[in-house]
Amino acid sequence: MVRSRQLLILVLCLMLALSGSPAVAGELLPTLRIGLTPVFLDNKLSILRIWKRYLENRLQRRIEFVQRQTYREITELLLTGDIQSAWICGFPFVRYSSQLTLLAVPLYRGQPLYQSYLIVPATDASTRGIADLRDKIFAYSDPDSNSGYLVPRVGLRRMGYDPDAFFARTFFAWAHYDVVNAVAEGVAQGGAVDGYVWDTLQRVHPEITERTRIVNKSRKFGFPPLVVNNTLPDEDVRLLRHVMLRMKDEPDGVVLLRELNLDGFVTGTPELYEGIRDNVHYMNQAERNVSQNQLTLQDTY
Amino acid sequence: MFRKISLRYKIPINLTLAILLTSLVIGSVLIWRSYEEIRNDLFRSSVELGTVLARTLVAPLKHDDIWKAYKILRSAGYRIYIVLDEQQRIFVSNQPTEFPMMRELQTLGSEFEALQLKIENHDSLSPFLQERSQDERLYVVIPVIDDGIQIANVIIGYPRTIYWPRLLNIVERVGLTSLIVMLFLIPIGWWVGNRTVDPLVRLSRAMSQVGSRPLQDIDYKPLERDDEIGQLGQSFDAMIAELKEKENLEGQVIVSERLAAIGRLAAGVAHEINNPLGGMMNAVNTYRRFGRSDSETDTTMFLLERGLKQIHETVSALLVEARQESHDLTPDDIEDVRLLVQSDAQKKGLQLVWDNKLDRPLSLPSTPVRQVLMNLSLNAVQAAEQAGQVTLSVALVDGVLEIRVSNDGVTVSKEEIGHLFEPFVHKRPGGTGLGLWITYQIVRQFGGDIYVQSEHGTTSFMVHLPLELAA
Repeated sequence: MVRSRQLLILVLCLMLALSGSPAVAGELLPTLRIGLTPVFLDNKLSILRIWKRYLENRLQRRIEFVQRQTYREITELLLTGDIQSAWICGFPFVRYSSQLTLLAVPLYRGQPLYQSYLIVPATDASTRGIADLRDKIFAYSDPDSNSGYLVPRVGLRRMGYDPDAFFARTFFAWAHYDVVNAVAEGVAQGGAVDGYVWDTLQRVHPEITERTRIVNKSRKFGFPPLVVNNTLPDEDVRLLRHVMLRMKDEPDGVVLLRELNLDGFVTGTPELYEGIRDNVHYMNQAERNVSQNQLTLQDTY
Repeated sequence: MFRKISLRYKIPINLTLAILLTSLVIGSVLIWRSYEEIRNDLFRSSVELGTVLARTLVAPLKHDDIWKAYKILRSAGYRIYIVLDEQQRIFVSNQPTEFPMMRELQTLGSEFEALQLKIENHDSLSPFLQERSQDERLYVVIPVIDDGIQIANVIIGYPRTIYWPRLLNIVERVGLTSLIVMLFLIPIGWWVGNRTVDPLVRLSRAMSQVGSRPLQDIDYKPLERDDEIGQLGQSFDAMIAELKEKENLEGQVIVSERLAAIGRLAAGVAHEINNPLGGMMNAVNTYRRFGRSDSETDTTMFLLERGLKQIHETVSALLVEARQESHDLTPDDIEDVRLLVQSDAQKKGLQLVWDNKLDRPLSLPSTPVRQVLMNLSLNAVQAAEQAGQVTLSVALVDGVLEIRVSNDGVTVSKEEIGHLFEPFVHKRPGGTGLGLWITYQIVRQFGGDIYVQSEHGTTSFMVHLPLELAA
């Protein structure tokens, strides 16, 4: 009996070793669902396919990318455990840092940092700052975005304006590249956009970005991180982090990173997001005490 | 100017004009109908498109999601899309630089001011079309309805030139078809026109010759058809025939009047000569009977007597006295003449066709009739060409003795025929020059008629002698 059971295990182990295919492995490990948000060019299907294959090869399990229109939906899925991991903006990470664990932070131009750009249509040569856009139409990317929402609003607050009354009208384009489109096509006369997305878009679609003009770049913030929730076992987290951090050392990883316009991934620390935390804190305070606007006049832009 | 043009050209030109006009009218109607159809098509497809858009736009409108609304309208080609909110402000458009958000429609120029007015005055929830000739575009306005309440309007604008390519295509096709039809119809029109007009033109040409040319030279054959032109031609033909007859009659009247005048003159002269002639002949007789006789005188008297006799004979011949006492005409009398003529005919080697239909005596004096027969038949024998033919027929037709004599030979001209019966006109060697004159006088004295015809180398005389008058 014992011998036969040992034989069965041996045969199973052999099969596993020989096959090595994610299809077979997937039957043993549950599918890993990773949420994606437009903090990068998530509309480029070719990148998603390469990345998925890359992860499936390394993790020996099925990967499913989950995309939604808004940051909020992905955040909710993450918090409810419908997805185990996600690439989200620093703003929701800061907000729900108690329930989320930092998995890895992308390296952009050698740093785990990025900026928010204030852009206007290329035809507008006069705008020198966000203050010049009073009573214009302004495009935000997402209400849960740091670079595409929080940064310009904090900037306005610090200058003493009420961000809700400053513009004639605002709208959400729900994606950073659509903020660029909206400004390029003249739907909005100004917009706030993730600097990394703008730079990457300039590389793949210069005909869009050249119709916009960068007016200002913000100070640097922690790059939108990859996070996991508490439902994912520590072993899986470690393995996933390992795969992400090793990416820059693998030949196919380098290809993928070039597609993503990134230099690699690092472990990162929650302290990276101090700047965003400051912004959130500042806005919360300001909203609690709207009349009292004389806070520290630290330039955001 | 146009009135002077011949019908030969006028009718084909009119037909061509009629064809052109018809093509033009049909073409215009077709093009106009196509234009209407294109317009209706455009409106219908716009309403379909706009209805779909309006349905999709409900959610973004309610959620104030400008970007989503913009993305729905984004790629529209030459069309412009404008979504108007309830305050008639632009919620979003697919050309934000030209139609920026939040602008009031009426601030975009008179074209949009008029459009806004129309939208405000449009009560029902149905789509409508705004097309004005002074505008740059035409607009289809479709209401966005949610739960039975209008929450916005979708305006679809097209450049007015949108019709042109399709319309031009239709104009091209209609033009080409008309051209092909005309290429067929115009030659047919010319042919039909010419065919219709040709008899009229021939008739007109023949008519214009009346008066300027001799009647017999007018060459016109009436068409064998019963329509108006055919009737006209037949009438014209009848008119020409009547004119010819009239001309003939006039000619005959002139001839007979002239002959009558000559007859009166001859008779008068004869009477005047006969009286002194009688005296002179008596004197010559008396002298020869009772006067001195020597040879010289005798010779003179003899010459004198011969001269006077010759004068007497000539004068007597001129004074035709038909009513001499003689027996009634019998068939044998005619046979006698035949015998007399026969020898002369044989000398010339002629064929003499003698057709005597008389079978009983007629109450006509035989001597003058025989004289007429003799004169005409000898005349014919002399006129006939060598080895020719002479035909004579005598018959009683409706109480009239009809004598026909004809010979072949030289055709006698009209001019000559007019003077044929005058004395001494056609004096042949050995003849008196009075044969036809005497014949004519006899016939006239019996109340008869004599006709001559000379055509195609055959000369015919026809005599009619009525029995009743003679009796």
